[in-house]
Amino acid sequence: MSRAPLLQVQHLSTQLGSLRVLEDLNFCVYPGETFALLGESGCGKSMTALSLLRLLPPNGRIVSGQVHLNGRDLLQLPEFAMRQVRGGQLAMIFQEPQTSLNPVLTLGQQLAESLRLHRGLSGQAISERAVDLLKAVGIPDPERRLGEYPHQLSGGMKQRVMIAMALAGEPKLLIADEPTTALDVTIQAQVLALLKQLQRDTGLAVLLITHDLGVVAETADRLAVLYAGQILETGPSQAFFERPLHPYSRKLLESLPDPQKRGAPLATIEGRVPPLDQRFSGCRFAPRCPLAQEICHQEIPPWHQLDGERGVRCFLWESTPPLVPVRPVSEKIREAGETLLQVEGLRVHFPIRGGLFRRVRGAVKAVDGVDLCLRRGQTLALVGESGCGKTTVGKAILRLIPITAGTIQYDGQDLARLRPRALRPYRKELQIIFQDPFASLNPRLLVGESIAEGLQALGLVPDPKARRRRVVQLLEQVGLDASAYERYPHEFSGGQRQRICIARALAVEPKLILCDEPTSALDVSVQAQILNLLRRLQQDMGLSYLFISHNLSVVAYLAQEVAVMYLGRILEYGRVEEILEAPQHPYTRALLSAVPQIYRTKKQIIRLPGELPSPAQPPPGCHFHPRCPEAGPDCLQPPPKIKRSETHWVRCVRRR
Amino acid sequence: MPVFFLTDLLLFALLALALGFGFYAATQEHLRAPWRSVLRSRIGAVSLVVLSAYGCIGLLDSIHFHPKLPQQGATTGPSYSPEILSLLDLWLTPLRTQQEKTYSAPFATHLYAKEQIRLPDGRTVRDYPRLRFGGAHLEDPATQKAGDIARRSAFGLLQAFGVWGGLVALLLGWQARCRGYKQALSWLFGDPPRRAALLTLGLLLALGFVVAALAPYYHVFGTDKVGEDVLYQGLKSIRTGLVIGTLTTLIMLPLAVLLGILAGYFRGLADDLIQYLYTTLNSVPSVLLIAAAVLMLQVYMNNHAEAFTSLAERADLRLFFLCLILGITSWTGLCRLLRGETLKLREMDFVQAAQALGVGPLTLLGRHILPNVLHIVLISVVLDFSGLVLAEAVLSYINIGVDPSMNSWGNMINSARLELAREPIVWWSLSCAFLLMFLLVLFANLFADVVRDALDPRLRGARP
Repeated sequence: MSRAPLLQVQHLSTQLGSLRVLEDLNFCVYPGETFALLGESGCGKSMTALSLLRLLPPNGRIVSGQVHLNGRDLLQLPEFAMRQVRGGQLAMIFQEPQTSLNPVLTLGQQLAESLRLHRGLSGQAISERAVDLLKAVGIPDPERRLGEYPHQLSGGMKQRVMIAMALAGEPKLLIADEPTTALDVTIQAQVLALLKQLQRDTGLAVLLITHDLGVVAETADRLAVLYAGQILETGPSQAFFERPLHPYSRKLLESLPDPQKRGAPLATIEGRVPPLDQRFSGCRFAPRCPLAQEICHQEIPPWHQLDGERGVRCFLWESTPPLVPVRPVSEKIREAGETLLQVEGLRVHFPIRGGLFRRVRGAVKAVDGVDLCLRRGQTLALVGESGCGKTTVGKAILRLIPITAGTIQYDGQDLARLRPRALRPYRKELQIIFQDPFASLNPRLLVGESIAEGLQALGLVPDPKARRRRVVQLLEQVGLDASAYERYPHEFSGGQRQRICIARALAVEPKLILCDEPTSALDVSVQAQILNLLRRLQQDMGLSYLFISHNLSVVAYLAQEVAVMYLGRILEYGRVEEILEAPQHPYTRALLSAVPQIYRTKKQIIRLPGELPSPAQPPPGCHFHPRCPEAGPDCLQPPPKIKRSETHWVRCVRRR
Repeated sequence: MPVFFLTDLLLFALLALALGFGFYAATQEHLRAPWRSVLRSRIGAVSLVVLSAYGCIGLLDSIHFHPKLPQQGATTGPSYSPEILSLLDLWLTPLRTQQEKTYSAPFATHLYAKEQIRLPDGRTVRDYPRLRFGGAHLEDPATQKAGDIARRSAFGLLQAFGVWGGLVALLLGWQARCRGYKQALSWLFGDPPRRAALLTLGLLLALGFVVAALAPYYHVFGTDKVGEDVLYQGLKSIRTGLVIGTLTTLIMLPLAVLLGILAGYFRGLADDLIQYLYTTLNSVPSVLLIAAAVLMLQVYMNNHAEAFTSLAERADLRLFFLCLILGITSWTGLCRLLRGETLKLREMDFVQAAQALGVGPLTLLGRHILPNVLHIVLISVVLDFSGLVLAEAVLSYINIGVDPSMNSWGNMINSARLELAREPIVWWSLSCAFLLMFLLVLFANLFADVVRDALDPRLRGARP
């Protein structure tokens, strides 16, 4: 390419305390393109962004390198000139829209700040420009929104406002640090489309920082793979996904769950990212690399610049073969066992109180009539966006929160009606694994004590010595060392903690485990390890899983049956093939199409307007009709349950 | 014959509790680590040494007994004096018994007020009389005093240095046995917090020995209106301050922890009741409550004078009652904090996981909630301590504090305040109380800061 790069980073190295978090980074971003920095957590993605903006934390400093923006070296600028660059030429949007807006200032005031500083506007001009900006990011009724506070907006709207604020200074380059990670897939699709459109309209360049391979594949023109503070590979994104050169990139792609990979274990990367407080004498990935040879451990691999803008830091890049498309393994269809758990008409309403005497004013209908049926040894996935009530369903089944109505038949016994004391024997049968491995272990208890908790509480193994033996056995079962018994949770990584949580749930030998987004807080390679573990345990012990997730590719890989949930109700229910290949409900179709995919084959993305309504005031009739592309006047009636096959039903009047 | 006051017993119970917790914490890594980091900081080590010195004086003053009287005639068995003394009193006997007539300035040899003095030749002159004890050994105070003080101070310093040197040598020898002489030297002096602690100890010893060398011959801090040694009063007040600072905590802690956790965990009716209770309590001015309670106690004691065997016992009961009422008025803040924290914790995944495993509510509170709020409890206890010591002074100043017959900084300030208007000023009572109280509160606050930094998980690891 002959164009001059907009941003050119050369030999950038950054230290944080004594840790060398970035080592010799080289990349450039051209005007109008999207350049993605791809990497797992802790690899230095955010540090790169902060280094470029010179906003490092107090103990961080840039050791060497140059950052040229439009030919000016940013690292040589005095601080007052740098303030003009931030927001003026380089703007940033952050991962968490909830915390990036000041809650006590109106949107208008926050937008005006940037307009005044970087564009020198004042008075009427500011509000006119602010309205234009909000219009540009697709916020309806912008004049009214200017006077509103951040809490009056939903998450997706806030991210749009953040983008508008970033655009206010008319920057040349937008740094987007995980801009959609905190958002749901349908909202993510909206925001990504908005970014693309803004790029077309204004010629903005975007430096996209993300861990999501799907997002990269759908939006980026070129990318760089970061690992332990180093760039391992760069290249145009199409060529990269066809043939990743570095073994790490290859492993990352292979470890993504996919319906095609059902029935076989996923590829995983053993071990963990090396700590950065050491001097590396070889390739940083060598200890985890399956192809590593003698030379990889002894010499630091040089950078190979190839033609076509590609480059790789590996001795063995020539020997990596192109990715072979996975051939679907014909899964032995397991005998559908008898029903283990039958949920009917489950309702969980949280009262809204108000007024002087805290009278009940209304109810948040978090779960509003859910029917589920889980067979022995099978996995039922509950899919939906955040706020749809799927976690509430899970907790209600375990009776962790009070149930308003409905029955939960487990093995012929209605759990919903049992008193707490009578429920205790059933605690052994149903267990739960949580989403956040950092919050789900008591930091004050030894790992062994945490795992033994159920054995002790339910009096299953009263003898302390026998209990200890059992815990050690459990630790080995989930792939941890027996020495973990005497350590505290903070000494373990996220993936290891999730293993501990699984061991804790397994300790009481349950028949059903409720997995509440067990992998959504984990990196791709670690997610593959946990999914493999869950699969193996199911095969060995005949466990049933109620798998709650928003990640459709994980669901497609693991589940046999899928229930799609929206605003407290189930819209569609069926076997996983039926849902994935022939989705019936418009919402299911939109959800499936919005998932970013690496190898998109045919489908057009169906973009849903708006966001999930409040469960305190659900729309009448079909809950989905305000966002539905097919909605008509008959959608105001409660939708009927239409059977499509023996195992597949949908709740939509259009499928009659 | 030993006498056990209520506050003595409680103080020792508290000490036992603290030691017990110390031993328990030593076995638990997550509890030991923050305390180790307290000792690793220079300020932490220094303030710990100073606070221990205060603590030792307070504890010495908490062992009471009736002294045995010398055998008189052929009475059967030993007889005891009606007076109640503590070990500290015994140790400070010269200070306690050497009473002058009225005010005298620090290191004075003459009384503060002029009197009619009858000379040996029968004439009377109006002049400052010599003190009965202060500098009584001097022939000619005007020329000899400075030299005498210097000599005695030097002697005290020498003694202090000897003791300190002996202590250091002992430590060195102990360390040298297990790791060699050179390492032992660097272990003792190469380590900043340890070096700072040793130096502080040396400083305290020097101060103590110099004062000890001077005190039998001079009134180091002068005397008060009735001729009592002010240094003695100040030292005796340490126990009062410590008792108020610690016993109040002991009374308020169970209330705050139990009610706070219960309200946060069970919510609903329990929460409403507890919140109602502490909101009501909080909205009554605490000075009013304290005044009313102390008044009630006084009326009770006057009506039941026969129930108390000694004045000291009455004073002690009043002290205990003051702790009680201070405790009752001060638990609300901590309770509110703990309720909030528990509300947060009960929604944590690990609590829900424990519920899903069938753990009962009591076990859950003890195993999962309490250990996770303990750092807040510790921080607020250490922070409250200095506030309570100051509160005592203020309350005694407005006469609703401890018994007027009991030595306390508040009482010292109260009795000295009128003398500030005198010319020349009687400044020493106030200064002594101020100095001792200031040092205690200062080091308690410094210590609290270090403890808070060490225990707050958000700050942990923020500093190298």
